[in-house]
Amino acid sequence: MPQSFDDISAQLRARHRKSARLKWISMGALGLAALFLVLFFADMLVKGLPAFQQAQIQVEVDYSEETSKMPLKAVDRDMSRLVSRGFLRLIPGRMKNDPELLGTRQMEWVTATAEVDQYLKGHYSRLKDDQKAIVDQLVDEGRAELRFNSTFFTSGDSKMAELSGIASAAMGTVLTLLVTLAVSFPIGVMTAVYLEEFAPDNRFTQLIEININNLAAIPSILFGLLGLAVFIGFFGMPRSSPLVGGMTLALMTLPVIIISTRTALRSVPDSIRHAAFGVGCSRWQMVRDHVLPIALPGIMTGSIIGLAQAMGETAPLIIVGMVAFIPDVSASLSDAATVLPAQIFTWAGEPERAFIEKTSGGILVLLAVLITLNATAVVLRKKFERRW
Amino acid sequence: MQTNQLLAMFSGSLLLLGLIAYLLGRSKAARVRASGASMYSQPDQYAWFTVLSTAGPALAVGAVASILMLSLGAEVSPLYLLIGCLLVACIGLVVGIQMVRPNFHARQAIESVIRFILAGAALISIFTTLGILVSIIFEAIRFFQMQNFWDFITGTTWNPGASFLEAAGRAKEGASAAQFGSVPLFAGTFMITFIAMLVAIPVGLLAAIYMAEFAPARIRTIAKPVLEVLAGIPTVVYGFFAAITVAPIIVGIAGFFGLEASFNNALAPGIVMGIMIIPFISSLSDDVINSVPDSMRQGALALGLTKGEMIRDIVVPAALPGIISASLLAVSRALGETMIVVMAAGMRPNLTANPLEDMTTVTVRIVAALTGDQEFASAETLSAFALGLVLFVVTLALNLVSVMMIRRFREKYRVNNL
Repeated sequence: MPQSFDDISAQLRARHRKSARLKWISMGALGLAALFLVLFFADMLVKGLPAFQQAQIQVEVDYSEETSKMPLKAVDRDMSRLVSRGFLRLIPGRMKNDPELLGTRQMEWVTATAEVDQYLKGHYSRLKDDQKAIVDQLVDEGRAELRFNSTFFTSGDSKMAELSGIASAAMGTVLTLLVTLAVSFPIGVMTAVYLEEFAPDNRFTQLIEININNLAAIPSILFGLLGLAVFIGFFGMPRSSPLVGGMTLALMTLPVIIISTRTALRSVPDSIRHAAFGVGCSRWQMVRDHVLPIALPGIMTGSIIGLAQAMGETAPLIIVGMVAFIPDVSASLSDAATVLPAQIFTWAGEPERAFIEKTSGGILVLLAVLITLNATAVVLRKKFERRW
Repeated sequence: MQTNQLLAMFSGSLLLLGLIAYLLGRSKAARVRASGASMYSQPDQYAWFTVLSTAGPALAVGAVASILMLSLGAEVSPLYLLIGCLLVACIGLVVGIQMVRPNFHARQAIESVIRFILAGAALISIFTTLGILVSIIFEAIRFFQMQNFWDFITGTTWNPGASFLEAAGRAKEGASAAQFGSVPLFAGTFMITFIAMLVAIPVGLLAAIYMAEFAPARIRTIAKPVLEVLAGIPTVVYGFFAAITVAPIIVGIAGFFGLEASFNNALAPGIVMGIMIIPFISSLSDDVINSVPDSMRQGALALGLTKGEMIRDIVVPAALPGIISASLLAVSRALGETMIVVMAAGMRPNLTANPLEDMTTVTVRIVAALTGDQEFASAETLSAFALGLVLFVVTLALNLVSVMMIRRFREKYRVNNL
């Protein structure tokens, strides 16, 4: 059947419409991903920002012989339910340190309980109605308000939500990442240098290469099993310690560092190598004095990205026991420690509403650090990008 | 004496000996050179050679001896070991200085040692893989000595309940015998992986098509790093998000349609995991689509295809091996993903096809088995390694197939950067 010109142009229009539809759908897919990102960050900000504020109330504290034995009596009975027990417990110690306090009564701003905190922030709270009335009255008198929560950054974990913070987890993260970096950076760079500059192209080299790519795709939890069986089970290293956690993460980060270092080495033009050989350098001198310095920014970029990945990793650390409850900040490589993601995981398991806020607050801190790290890597790459 | 102190003493004295070696080696080389002999290498290179000959053998002896001691449990005092190592170092120092002669090629000697060290570093990645394999297999074998392998693979009940009593030699007190049938765990894992892929593959692939074929360069340069932010979010954060935000929404929506959903439903972790994997698929597919040769596009357009038809009939089929490879890698990631499911999926092994019910996965059970206060030798703890072994085998197979697919694509179009 012969087609008229109109038929053909109608077909053509339909085909172009279809083409345009694909464009819009695919654009929508990208938009969906972006939308999710926005929703996610909005959700975390809404949930987490209140964690940086903490309710404080002004109460009269009685420093007497009696309260040094029974610190719970230091404040009025009505008020003592509203004041964090963590503060009251410190009273005897403070009186010991400062004998002049004895026998005085002082108005002080102190940390309120998590329930008061949640009530002031307008969330569900388990306070009784009469307690709520007291808090409302305190607010009217200007004796209760939300202030910047410095405790969140200076103290470790606590079973009392109002006193728990991320300091010990942050310290654990720093120690763990130091171990990770100290182990994986030299080994990774050395491996990459060997593969790119020294190794002959034979079966052995290919085996290593396939193996590295495979290692990069192994589920992280299996590295946890390795750490548990080898470092803790076989070598008897201390469980839950930054040493074991760091070494486990190092083995995980190794492929990332190797692969990015190789890319950096490969982008160094051969003319530099030829010139080095030309003036009588040996292979190692060529690598050490010419290739490595040029490739260094690329190596740094890759290592920062690898480190950021290691910093967000939780599963292998749970397996080697780094989810311990750590109230005190410790600076030892062999003591039990926890890291930020593990702290977030622990808090996420707590039933109280106040801990959801802490969890989101911890997440905000972690995301801020990670985004800073990644941005640094991007800036480094841009700054040292060189066209040969 | 403490191990830490011994280590400090060892490294301290080794450093000191190394310094002595460097100074002695250099002064001897300088002396020989001053006497008018023509030497193969620079004095510094001789000095470094003596340092290597001092520290190398001592470190090697120390490492081998301590590994032997740890693995065999031999009772040798660490102090003797320390003294032995330092003796070896002293001998190395003397020999090294003896070898500083005009016709000795110190530079080549250093080079070969360095090459040896670099190759040793490259071996560590192999040792890591072997370590994972060996440690998992050994513990898994211990598990299969207690439990029947066939029951593990085909059993439909996972109930480790009373296994700790057996380990304590009190098996009779247990209410029910422990059962380790892994089918419900794998069913749950595949269900959540399937949901994740349902989200990740269409969205990731379409986003890649948009970025590679339609988007102006400016959007491309913004979109790629923004998507990569998704990939950089720690999984523990995704898990929290799935459990606290997404799961209640799903329960609410299901309730609106008159369906009952569990708060630990499989849908929430599945969807969030899918979102996590989007950038993984999109950036790999984007690379693959970009390396389809332009001549194919030009040919298609010249024959009168619309852009949409060109993409659907020419570009995507040409890029298919690479896209499949990306998807397989993504599946392997989803299978091994832990934190999202630990926090948002259930703990209850549940053999069901309804994604609104709670179900558990392999990785959840691994974590559960290793975080309880169980004795290490109990069947429940060891079951983690058996599950880990299966996980390792499955992901390894997926990775290998994916590598083969991408290699086929690379050979077909002679792309170098994939």
